[in-house]
Amino acid sequence: MPREILLGDEAVALAAVHAGLSGAYSYPGTPASEVMEFLLAAAAGGGFRAAWSVNEKTAFEEALGCSFAGKRALVSFKHVGLNVAADPFMSSALTGAGGGLVVVSADDPGMHSSQNEQDSRFYARFAQIPCFEPADHQAAYDLTREAFDHSEKVGLPVMVRLVTRLAHSRAGVEIQAARPANTLRLGSRRAWTLLPSNARAQFRRLLDLQPSLVRYAEASPWNSLDLNPADRSLGIIASGIAANYVRENRSAGPDRPSLLQLSVYPLPEALIRELVAHCRTILVVEEGYPFIEREVKGMFGLPGKTVLGKLSGHLPLMGELTPEAVRAALGQEPLPRRDTAGLKLAARPPQLCLGCPHGDAFKALNEALEGFPGGNVFSDIGCYTLGYFAPYDAIDTCVCMGASLGMARGAAEAGVFPSVAVIGDSTFGHSGITPLLGAAAVDANMVVVILDNGTVAMTGTQPSFAAGGRLLRIIEGVGVDPARIRVLTPLPKNHRENVRLLREEIARPGLSVVVFVRECLEEAKKKTKTGGLS
Amino acid sequence: MSAPARQDIILAGVGGQGILSIAAAIAGAALKRGLNVKQAEVHGMAQRGGAVQSHLRLSADRIWSDLIPRGGADLILGVEPLEALRYLDYLAPEGRIVASSKPHLNIPDYPDLEAILGEIRKIPGSVVVEAESLARAAGTARAQNIVILGAASRFLIVDEAGLRENVRGLFEKRGESVLAANLKAFDLGRGAV
Ligand code: SF4
Repeated sequence: MPREILLGDEAVALAAVHAGLSGAYSYPGTPASEVMEFLLAAAAGGGFRAAWSVNEKTAFEEALGCSFAGKRALVSFKHVGLNVAADPFMSSALTGAGGGLVVVSADDPGMHSSQNEQDSRFYARFAQIPCFEPADHQAAYDLTREAFDHSEKVGLPVMVRLVTRLAHSRAGVEIQAARPANTLRLGSRRAWTLLPSNARAQFRRLLDLQPSLVRYAEASPWNSLDLNPADRSLGIIASGIAANYVRENRSAGPDRPSLLQLSVYPLPEALIRELVAHCRTILVVEEGYPFIEREVKGMFGLPGKTVLGKLSGHLPLMGELTPEAVRAALGQEPLPRRDTAGLKLAARPPQLCLGCPHGDAFKALNEALEGFPGGNVFSDIGCYTLGYFAPYDAIDTCVCMGASLGMARGAAEAGVFPSVAVIGDSTFGHSGITPLLGAAAVDANMVVVILDNGTVAMTGTQPSFAAGGRLLRIIEGVGVDPARIRVLTPLPKNHRENVRLLREEIARPGLSVVVFVRECLEEAKKKTKTGGLS
Repeated sequence: MSAPARQDIILAGVGGQGILSIAAAIAGAALKRGLNVKQAEVHGMAQRGGAVQSHLRLSADRIWSDLIPRGGADLILGVEPLEALRYLDYLAPEGRIVASSKPHLNIPDYPDLEAILGEIRKIPGSVVVEAESLARAAGTARAQNIVILGAASRFLIVDEAGLRENVRGLFEKRGESVLAANLKAFDLGRGAV
C-alpha cells in the first residue's frame, strides 16, 4: 500500500477524495484550513467540486445540498465555525443525510489561534449524531472513509473531530483504493421539509436510531478494551489523541493499567461498564472538556470507585494535554528538566508584518480619535486583532466573527460616542453584511471602518468574497448613503489627510463607512512568487 | 557503530524564519532511512512574527505522542538564540542546542544577548553558530535556517547526503543562484562545527 506523509488535515481530505467525494465546502480557520487547501489542489484534477464559502453556515448548507442530491459531501471548519453553522447542523440531524455527509470540526484546545477552546463532541451529542475522533494520521484517514460509509448507512451526518495537534502534525499514512462517486438521487420531500408535522417524524426516527449507534460504537475496532487480568487497580479511558500520551507513558509490565481507547461515539456503554467493573480507579484522559469523565462519573459518582481526570484536578481543565501532564496523572515521576536559572526570557507575541496596511490605518484612527474622549473601538477577527497590542493599542474588543458592527451599534445606542467598528473585508463578508443592513436602516450613530486588504490574511491568504468593487457595491446596496462612504489608502504619505477625513466622519451624526484599501503584503508576495514551497 | 534509532528534536525560531522548511528536510531524510516520523507544526496566528516551534520525532519504533515531553528532547535547533533557549525545559539531560548567534529584534524587551548565548554555551556539547554572517557569505541572508541545518547535520541521526538532497528539493524551483546559495549555506554550517 502506498504511504504518504500528510498533515492530519490532509489525511482527512485525502480520505474524502478516496471515499468518492462530490462536493467540499469550508471557510478558512486555524486549525482546519489545510483540509480545504488540500482539496482545492486535488480538485484541480477534476472529479469533484471544492470551494471556499462565504461563511461556515453557507458552507454547511452547500454540503447539505450535495448530500440531499445523493452525493458524498464534506464540510470543514474550526470549532467556532460550527457555532456559525449550528442552525443547519442541528436540523441536518433531522433531515438526515442522503449521500454521506461528513462534518469536520477542528478544535483548538490551548487556544493557539482561537477565542475559546470549546469541545465539538458536545455538538455531536447535542445533535445526537455519531462522532469519530481519530488518534493519529492513519486513523484520520481510515475513520474519515468509514464516516462516509456510516453516514450513508444510518442516514445521518457524521462528525470527524480533530484537534490542533493532529490537524497540524505530519506523519505517514497508508492509503486505500479509491471508490467512485455516487450517482444523483434526490432526497424525499417529506424528510427534507421540516414543517412541524414532518420534523416530529424525523425526530422520532433520530431517537429510534440511537440504540443502533451505541451498538455500532460498542462493536467498533476503533473502541478497544485491553483488560489486564493480573491487575485491577487502575483502568484508563483515553479518547482521540489523548490515548497517545497514555501509550507514551504507560508501563508495559505485569502491573500495566487496563486501557479502553475510544474513537467512535456515542459512548460505547457496554465497554465502559466492563472496564469500570474490572478496576477500582478509573482515570479519564481526553483532549478538550471533561466530556467522558462527567458522563462516567454522573452527578453522584460511582459507588466504590474513584474517577480521576480533569474534574478531580489530576489533569488540567484548560489548555492542551501534554505528555508530561498525562505522565503525572499516571503517577510517574517527571523527567528531569533544565531551566534558565533566573534569566528572564521576553515573550514574543505575534505582530503585524512590517509595513502592513493595518498599521497605517490604526495610526490614523488613533490620531483621529484623540479629539473625542470616551470613544470605543469594537473590532473583529483577523490580522488586525493584533492592533490590540502596543504600539497600536487601537482596539478594545474582539468577540466573534462580525461582532464589531452589532456591538458598535448597541454601544452607540447605549450612549457611547464615538462608537467605531473595525472589521476586515473577509470577516465583513462572513458576518458583517447583515448588521450593516440593520445599522443602515436606523442610521445608527457609528463609524464602520472596513480594512480591505483583498484576502483572508491570517489563515494564509485565502480568497475574500467581499473585497474591492464588490465590497463598495455591497455597502451601498444595503442602504448606506453614498455620501457617507469614504475610500482611503492607508499609506504613511496619506496619514494627515486620512486623519482629517476620519475626524469628519466621526463628528457627523449617523452612519459612516470608511474603507481603507491596500493589499496585504503576504498576498502581494504570493502573487509575485515564482515556484516556491508547496 | 550504527546510528541510534530514535531522536527527538525541537526546532525553534520566529515566524517567517523557515523552521518548517528545515523540519521538512530532516523528516524527508529520516523517511528515506526507513524511520517513522511525526512532526508537529505551528500554523495560524503565531506565524505572524511570533515565537514558532516544531516538534520533530524520528524513531525506528512506533511514535505515539506528537509532542516531545519536557525533559525529553535530544536536540534543540534554534534559528534564533532567544527562541532556542525558550524551549530549554524540553531538553534531556544529555541533550544539546545548536543555535544561531543572531538575535531577531522585533520586541522592545529583548534580554541581554550575551547572557542568552552564555546560557546556551553552558549546555555541554552545545554550539552557537554565526548563522547570519555564514548565510551572507553563502549568498543570501535568508539562508540562516539552512546554515543551522548544516551545523546540526553533525548531530542528526539522518545522513548528510539525505539532508543535502532535501535542501535541493526545497530550493530547486527558486532558480539556480538561490539553490547554490542554500547548498553553500548548508556546507558552511556543517563546516562551522
Ligand atoms: S499577513 Fe497581511 S494583513 Fe496580516 S499582518 Fe501581514 S501584511 Fe498585514
